[in-house]
Amino acid sequence: MALKIVKGSIDRMFDKNLQDLVRGIRNHKEDEAKYISTCIDEIKQELKQDNIAVKANAVCKLTYLQMLGYDVSWAAFNIVEVMSSSKFTYKRIGYLAASQCFHESTDVIMLTTNQIRKDLSSPNQYDTGVALTGLSCFVTPDLARDLANDIMTLMSHTKPYIRKKAVLIMYKVFLKYPESLRPAFPRLKEKLEDPDPGVQSAAVNVICELARRNPKNYLSLAPLFFKLMTSSTNNWVLIKIIKLFGALTPLEPRLGKKLIEPLTNLIHSTSAMSLLYECVNTVIAGQYWFSVGSKELCVQKLRILIEDSDQNLKYLGLLAMSKILKTHPKSVQSHKDLILQCLDDKDESIRLRALDLLYGMVSKKNLMEIVKKLMLHVDKAEGTTYRDELLTKIIDICSQSNYQYITNFEWYISILVELTRLEGTRHGHLIASQMLDVAIRVKAIRVFAVAQMATLLDNAHLLTGNMQRNGICEVLYAAAWICGEFSEHLENPMQTLEAMLRPKVATLPGHIQAVYVQNAAKLFATILKSQEGNTDSTAAQDTSQLMIDRLPLFVQSANLEVQERASCILQLVKYIQKLQQKDVEVAEEVNALFAGELNPVAPKAQKKVPVPEGLDLDAWINEPPSESESEDEQPKAIFAKEEPKHSRPRHTEVDEKELARRREARKQEQANNPFYIKASPSSQKVYQDAPGVEHIPVVQIDLSVPLKVPGLPMSDQYVKLEEERRQKERAEKKKKEKKKRKEKRSGRGKKHDSGPESEEDITPAHQVDIVTEEMPEVKENHSSKFSNIFFLHLLFWVCDDKKSSKHKKKKQKKEKEEKEKKKKKKHHHHHHHSDGGGEESVQNGTVEEEEPLPVSLSHRLINPQVVYDIQGNLQDGSQVVVSVIFENKCDSFLKSMEFNVLDSLNSKLQRPEGSGPHDGLTVPFQLPPGVSNEARFVFTVQSIVMPQKLKGTLTFIVKVDSSTHEKLDFKLHFTCTSYLITTPCYSDAFAKLLESGDLKGSSVRLEGVNMPFHHLLARICFHHHFSIVERIDSCASMYSRSIQGHHVCLLVKTSGQTVSIDAKCDEPTLLGNVLDEIKQTFSQC
Amino acid sequence: MFFSFMLLFSRQGKLRLQKWYVPLSDKEKKKITRELVQTVLARKPKMCSFLEWRDLKIVYKRYASLYFCCAIEDQDNELITLEIIHRYVELLDKYFGSVCELDIIFNFEKAYFILDEFLLGGEAQETSKKNVLKAIEQADLLQEEKILKVYIN
Repeated sequence: MALKIVKGSIDRMFDKNLQDLVRGIRNHKEDEAKYISTCIDEIKQELKQDNIAVKANAVCKLTYLQMLGYDVSWAAFNIVEVMSSSKFTYKRIGYLAASQCFHESTDVIMLTTNQIRKDLSSPNQYDTGVALTGLSCFVTPDLARDLANDIMTLMSHTKPYIRKKAVLIMYKVFLKYPESLRPAFPRLKEKLEDPDPGVQSAAVNVICELARRNPKNYLSLAPLFFKLMTSSTNNWVLIKIIKLFGALTPLEPRLGKKLIEPLTNLIHSTSAMSLLYECVNTVIAGQYWFSVGSKELCVQKLRILIEDSDQNLKYLGLLAMSKILKTHPKSVQSHKDLILQCLDDKDESIRLRALDLLYGMVSKKNLMEIVKKLMLHVDKAEGTTYRDELLTKIIDICSQSNYQYITNFEWYISILVELTRLEGTRHGHLIASQMLDVAIRVKAIRVFAVAQMATLLDNAHLLTGNMQRNGICEVLYAAAWICGEFSEHLENPMQTLEAMLRPKVATLPGHIQAVYVQNAAKLFATILKSQEGNTDSTAAQDTSQLMIDRLPLFVQSANLEVQERASCILQLVKYIQKLQQKDVEVAEEVNALFAGELNPVAPKAQKKVPVPEGLDLDAWINEPPSESESEDEQPKAIFAKEEPKHSRPRHTEVDEKELARRREARKQEQANNPFYIKASPSSQKVYQDAPGVEHIPVVQIDLSVPLKVPGLPMSDQYVKLEEERRQKERAEKKKKEKKKRKEKRSGRGKKHDSGPESEEDITPAHQVDIVTEEMPEVKENHSSKFSNIFFLHLLFWVCDDKKSSKHKKKKQKKEKEEKEKKKKKKHHHHHHHSDGGGEESVQNGTVEEEEPLPVSLSHRLINPQVVYDIQGNLQDGSQVVVSVIFENKCDSFLKSMEFNVLDSLNSKLQRPEGSGPHDGLTVPFQLPPGVSNEARFVFTVQSIVMPQKLKGTLTFIVKVDSSTHEKLDFKLHFTCTSYLITTPCYSDAFAKLLESGDLKGSSVRLEGVNMPFHHLLARICFHHHFSIVERIDSCASMYSRSIQGHHVCLLVKTSGQTVSIDAKCDEPTLLGNVLDEIKQTFSQC
Repeated sequence: MFFSFMLLFSRQGKLRLQKWYVPLSDKEKKKITRELVQTVLARKPKMCSFLEWRDLKIVYKRYASLYFCCAIEDQDNELITLEIIHRYVELLDKYFGSVCELDIIFNFEKAYFILDEFLLGGEAQETSKKNVLKAIEQADLLQEEKILKVYIN
């Protein structure tokens, strides 16, 4: 025996110990992995030996390797072996290894229960200690259940060293095995008064944590904790207790009163920042229960923290301030100076915190000043991230709650224009949408906005000159639209028109060019109008000539949208020119093209339009054939239910209260909102009895005021103007007060008396149209986006000229499936194409399968067959995944395929970040002859109500002997039906839907349909993704749902060869298109 | 207050010590470590010691070439966490006698033992430095006695 031990010891001397291992790793920096793998081999050898010392050494080394990221789970059993050693030295190492390497799914843990129990009851306190420490890291529900009693006993151990560990670990046991809490709690409570401060603090810790999870069970302990709080001097314990009270006060408000004194004392007296911070935080969190004075004290203390040179205190001070801000913005606002100072801090996280605070601090009074400061920071800011953050914050601050704090919109437009000068910002889009929003909703600002936008257009080269500033060219979109739409306000429309038609414009992104072209036409109309009034008719003709000269550039554009608009407008102008040459006055008619004003409309506004008397929207326009009517009594009843007789009254009854409530709330809101302008005179009447709203003075913009103050950035002058304006107002107000004619404004909220001018007294210079009606519902309807998968099966055939005839078109799996389903072999081909392929595919589709195609090009796309299989799910993203199957039908190897699609405004191919809007996507595979493979492309689609085609090209390299570059054009046809998802619907839900009255109707009639009714239905189901709700004889109701949640309901009736389809949908355009597509399907049979 | 985990890593991003008080798989641990080390090292020296990360708050402090980094929950006190970190550094300093990174590398198990006497399950168990060191010394003594015994036998 002795010999064996000696031998083991000698062996050990030759083993690597931990230090050797660490040193070795440091010496093998180049081939660390290799070195470690040899070490692991050694360790495996060592673990096989009987000597526990050798094993412990090996386990120790493994623990180190585990930290370096190596998997040591294979040695779990050896770790248990070392843990069970009777010697403390090894046991310690074993438990350390276990606490580092074991987790809940380590299966050997269940072998350790008895060993741990033995260690817990060991006479040596360090054995027990080590076991408790280890257990705290890897305790599982099983271990917790089995050992809870043992640990509970240890809570009353004679040695405080064990007691405190046992108390602390009880928390972990409670988490894993909640049933243990009830029996253990009395003993835990006892420990709150343990003579040893360590044990006491451990008990406080555990109870605090428990109370945070479920405060109400611990209310009874409040007196005990109160005693502890007033007697303890240990900051660690005090922090815990204060936190506990923070959790208890909401349940027992009386505690607040009692606590405030000791808390205030602590805030005043403590030198420990952590304790001070805890007190302040608790008072802030429980501000409803604490008095106002204590809050002021907190704000003062926070100011001291923020003023401290220690970055940490500054940060925490701002963090706590933002919590006060939520409930008491006033008390924070007085520290505006300090918070603005923090914007200069060198620490970005502090600057961001300060920015957050500013958002909540703005008022009508200080908005301009704050934004001015922020603009200064924008200029100074280093790094685009922070600058972009500033930019979005400025816009957030200004636009929050419907521009509530903006009193002068000229100023805001100038700010937006100034922001466009920012180098390299990503937020051009944000600025653009703000410009559009303000110009549309604030009528009074249009003159000014148009002038500014015209300047922007004129200086467009400054924005687009630098490629890095690409993001900013989005504002040109807004500028062009505003100039076009409100062109009557333009001072020099001719100049703007020329700016819009510069050749340089063709370098802008497609969607912007499209807006340019469209708005150039609007401008053209306006110019014609002004020029025709003059006697000089050549001016008007010159303008037309200018259009005719410049537009062809856009007609050639690669962007479809631009091309289409440009060619359309070009033809129009040419026609106008012809008329002009005959001295016909055309201006009025041209203007009629763009007549009418675009107003912001609430999505549900249509509901408010009363149905004219005598108009029954549900009545037949043309009486349906009598025979079918008599036949289809049953299903028709479903449709008829929506008729006013019985359903309407019930419907309104339910809603009347709700509507009234909403109307009341809205009235209140509008009355409170000085910016609200009434939509129609009739509604004005309604509100007239709420005085005040109408009487808010609207200051006319005095355009004689010079808009450009030399030497000042544009927006600055408004700050000055605003001051003057307010002073004037104040003077007027005083006058009024003297006359004691101060009107009490009902419903305008409480008056805050803070200083000479209160928030409410600042009148706006411009009004905003606010569309507040049922805003939240917009989201539901339109932005609920779905992720869908389209399976676009794009089969193409690449072949050499001569060989083409030898190739037969392969039948696709999908087609086969379809065939089986349809059991209509003859017509299969046609339907298939008519489903998705559009006209072209129809043409090609008529070619018999065996016949060669007349291939004239060297390579040719035979036929884009589109099989949509939408797996629409109610998930985020308006994304559509198009799965394309590429099949190589020639004898050559194809590689380097690049897939590209010309984006439209509505649908865009998603490209990886950093690539341009016209870049193609590399297809991630190559195609050997005869092989097919599938690739997926993601498209974002905004509107689904219209079908559309996207043109695309596929470029690839054909490898025969030498490589040649080839190109293949194709079209992706996104039909409206393809946005529908087959959704089952029960007849009662279906009836309810029709009753709701939200759906618009439409109908279509198919003649000469020569097929059994069930085939007809099956065809609609298959091709157009409907499901049958109910079918009775020759009549059926069908339902489908679009990916954006539109309901589409059909009632299909047949008599002889005539099929009539009555349809209802909440989106008439979508419905029209779906019906057209259904019609097309049947016209081809 | 219970910590979620504590990490020690060098300026080069090498992990020197890790203690997890929440059960996580090795994969998750590695991912979190990598992410945090990168985030913390990317911060400038003058920046404050706190950052919000996922739903946790990270408190870190640099001592010489080592970063000490703790994860606490939303309602926890950042300043007391900094104090705990500091207390641990003081303990290491006392134990090793002006501690340096190499001490922790070569005696990493000792660094763990000290941490385990100071924190248990992520909670400070002993606020007195003296008591912690006493416990460690006695345990060490026990260990050395046993090693001696082995050699004598």
